Amino acid sequence: MTQSVLVQVGQCGNQVGCRFWDLVLREHANVNKKGIYDEALGNFFRNVDTRSTNGDDTNLHKGKIRSLKARAVLIDMEEGVVNELLQGPLRDVFDSKQLITDVSGSGNNWAVGNRQYGCQYRDRILDVIRKTAEHCDCLQCFFLIHSMGGGTGSGLGTFLLSLLEDEFPEVYRFVTSVYPSADDDVITSPYNSVLAMKELTEHADCVLPIENQSLIDIVNKINQMANSGKSASAIKLQSTLISGQSKVKRQEKPFDAMNNIVANLLLNLTSSARFEGSLNMDLNEITMNLVPYPRLHYLVSSLTPLYTLADVNIPTRRLDQMFTDAFSKDHQLMYADPKRNLYLACALMVRGNVQISDLRRNIERLKPSLQFIPWNQEGWKTSLCSVPPVGHTHSLLALANNTCVKATFTDLKDRFVKLYKKKAHIHHYLHVDGMEQSCFTEAKNSLSSLIEEYNQLDATKGLPVTNMPRLSIAT
Amino acid sequence: MSMVLLQLGQCGNQIGQELLELVNTDGRNDLGRPDSYRAISLERFFRQEAGTDAVPVARAVLVDMEPKVISHTLAKAMKSGQWSYGNHSHFCQKQGSGNNWANGFCIHGPRHEEAVLDLVQREVEQCERFGGFIAMMSLAGGTGSGLGTYITQCLRDMYPNSFILNQLTWPYGTGEVIVQDYNAVLTLSHLYKTSDALLIHENDTVHKICSQLMNIKQISFTDINKVIAHQLGSVLQPVCTRWSISEYGSNPLGDLLESLVTHPEYKLLSLMNIPLMSDKSLQFSTFTWPALMKNLRQMLIANAKMEAGIDWQMKLPPAGHPSVSKPFSDRKLCFNTSLANLLVLRGKEVFQADTGILGWSGKLSRKLRLPTMVTRCLKTNLPAQQAKLHPEKCTSLGFLLARAYVHQYMKHGISEEDFLDCFTTVEQVIASYSSLG
Repeated sequence: MTQSVLVQVGQCGNQVGCRFWDLVLREHANVNKKGIYDEALGNFFRNVDTRSTNGDDTNLHKGKIRSLKARAVLIDMEEGVVNELLQGPLRDVFDSKQLITDVSGSGNNWAVGNRQYGCQYRDRILDVIRKTAEHCDCLQCFFLIHSMGGGTGSGLGTFLLSLLEDEFPEVYRFVTSVYPSADDDVITSPYNSVLAMKELTEHADCVLPIENQSLIDIVNKINQMANSGKSASAIKLQSTLISGQSKVKRQEKPFDAMNNIVANLLLNLTSSARFEGSLNMDLNEITMNLVPYPRLHYLVSSLTPLYTLADVNIPTRRLDQMFTDAFSKDHQLMYADPKRNLYLACALMVRGNVQISDLRRNIERLKPSLQFIPWNQEGWKTSLCSVPPVGHTHSLLALANNTCVKATFTDLKDRFVKLYKKKAHIHHYLHVDGMEQSCFTEAKNSLSSLIEEYNQLDATKGLPVTNMPRLSIAT
Repeated sequence: MSMVLLQLGQCGNQIGQELLELVNTDGRNDLGRPDSYRAISLERFFRQEAGTDAVPVARAVLVDMEPKVISHTLAKAMKSGQWSYGNHSHFCQKQGSGNNWANGFCIHGPRHEEAVLDLVQREVEQCERFGGFIAMMSLAGGTGSGLGTYITQCLRDMYPNSFILNQLTWPYGTGEVIVQDYNAVLTLSHLYKTSDALLIHENDTVHKICSQLMNIKQISFTDINKVIAHQLGSVLQPVCTRWSISEYGSNPLGDLLESLVTHPEYKLLSLMNIPLMSDKSLQFSTFTWPALMKNLRQMLIANAKMEAGIDWQMKLPPAGHPSVSKPFSDRKLCFNTSLANLLVLRGKEVFQADTGILGWSGKLSRKLRLPTMVTRCLKTNLPAQQAKLHPEKCTSLGFLLARAYVHQYMKHGISEEDFLDCFTTVEQVIASYSSLG
């Protein structure tokens, strides 16, 4: 069984990470009734005996769960968020050696995060990651969670990516990036995002972009359902995506509901790798199937269901509804319109008691409304995992490699250009050692060429599917 | 005579387990089946361990690059309590092949060759009379297809005189895996040179059988695997051949291959099995040999895999010689020409069944199985087989032209020339089948 390491960088990354660890513990507690440390648990946790006398905790590979330590690295350049985590209920899950903090923060400045702190903390970060990797039998994947708009998450987070690529070239790098919305509170977020995008395009294996606005919409929708007061539509509170924190904290904090959704995304992504099913899908299969060209690795994700009705459902109808929902804009984690654009590939990861016939039926049903690129008309990757998430009977995660992301990137580029034309705030960046004006132009060019690649693929949309060529051989 | 089963990848392991379960249940269940039948059947697939209450151990080697499926398969076998896999007959790694044929073939293959072949050798040494290998794998994934191909090549080198039958599962047409066409083309082109015969099952067809004939509402992979296992069992379990009318044939794979693979250029086999129906309808159905024969003949002519929903739009072959090349689109509508057929009849009064209606003196095998149900199956070596190769080959060529996913394969050592070589091989297979007319 493989292991994965979660690297949480910056305030956003650490807050989402905190929700993730809470939810993953709940999920395993639901499945693992006997308290035996099994391989599924080993994916994200290691089992240690904290009573050992030497400084290093010894890893126990089998047997009852003694004390679980998360395979995580927490990085933040200011202490507030990490400290809060360490005082909360999850403090025992983290090893103090896995934390890297500083005092002053990055000031929403990508250059400070990437160049200054990058150089300063490079060795220490490498050390911590190497130690975490050594605890793993077979490390398969690094999950990086960060935001694009800030300084630490975006700067130091992307610095980490190239570091990981050099040190661990065989290990996959999955990045969950929270993109700033148009009315973001950080003024320099376009700069930070575009500078970070260049690194993501070059060094990440797979990126799952997320937008705050979509998350807010989803949370509002759930709250509306919960509060609408109609008895028939009373929802099971335990089974909403946002209910994770009811066991851990008393008070709900502002971003918690939204962070839960992102955490659920990661849970469902790794479910088929952790639990068994009739058609397994490992993480390396995601990159293999969904990334036809190395730079075009941005996947639009959508999660269903968001809640379950409290009354007994008619199974088949609910199931088909789930598939339809996955392709509707309400359930996407970023603002995009995949139906009007071209699909390069699409993956459906189903959890719970769903059989292959249901999957096939729904694919047949939905296929006509989606446009696929001519050379990949049957571009579906499917997986079935038998363990459903907590509180639901089944769930679906749809990952699509679709040219609609270019709209988001074009927006981002426009915002960047608006600021850059006036050279506003540039001096803060140029003050930092190792940062030059050319970095800005390079980043912009990288983004433009990426958008151009998507455009070129789009140009093949609507072309008639001609008879595919055949090799002719001499008979 | 015993055969060694190689279960490769998730699909191979799941189907293999169902097949062994079927054989074991049949072997224990003595509904009027002669003891000799049961003994031979069990001897073919299982061996007896020392110890009075030991359950039979399957002659199987389980290989997968990640542990979940193997542990699930082993557990399922144990749970039945009637048979089990050998304690050391499985090989797995931690990280799968990621649906990447190149990963399975170029990286995992050489790396784990020794360990896997060691396991195989141990199994073979435990056979008193070794009859050949049956390798089960899927075409879509990375381990089954990539590693499976590599292991088959190694087996051919190590045991040049043994029979190797590859049982391949063709994925659903509308993608289970996006790069399945690449993986399929690469696998078929390599296997064609090393394997003795390729028996192909298609998920689409079996799915239709499950939904239309067996009336299963929610079809799961277990159902599909059971049908495939049933079909395989009806061919691989003991039969009396025309060489040994009164007793059961002792060289199953040999007989099969001799009858069907008449020319080394034509190795693709397919299976038609009737009747297939759900257990509930079984009580209300009666079968007679003439009716079954007639159905089977219809299926053969129309190249249908089920007796329901046969597409009757077809034409007789044009008078004149077969070398007149036909445009490909007409191929499906033509009268089906077969190269060779093997008919296996099972059931009561089987020796009275009249095969004249089939209009050819096909080679037959008969045997006794259980008296309450009759089954017959037909294994054919058909030119129409290659009809399937076409669309998927075209898709993958389209991929190659758009250079999609190529970087994933090149990372592990497959270059574009290798791709083109494989495409050429598959084209040649298609061409040679087409030239049969």
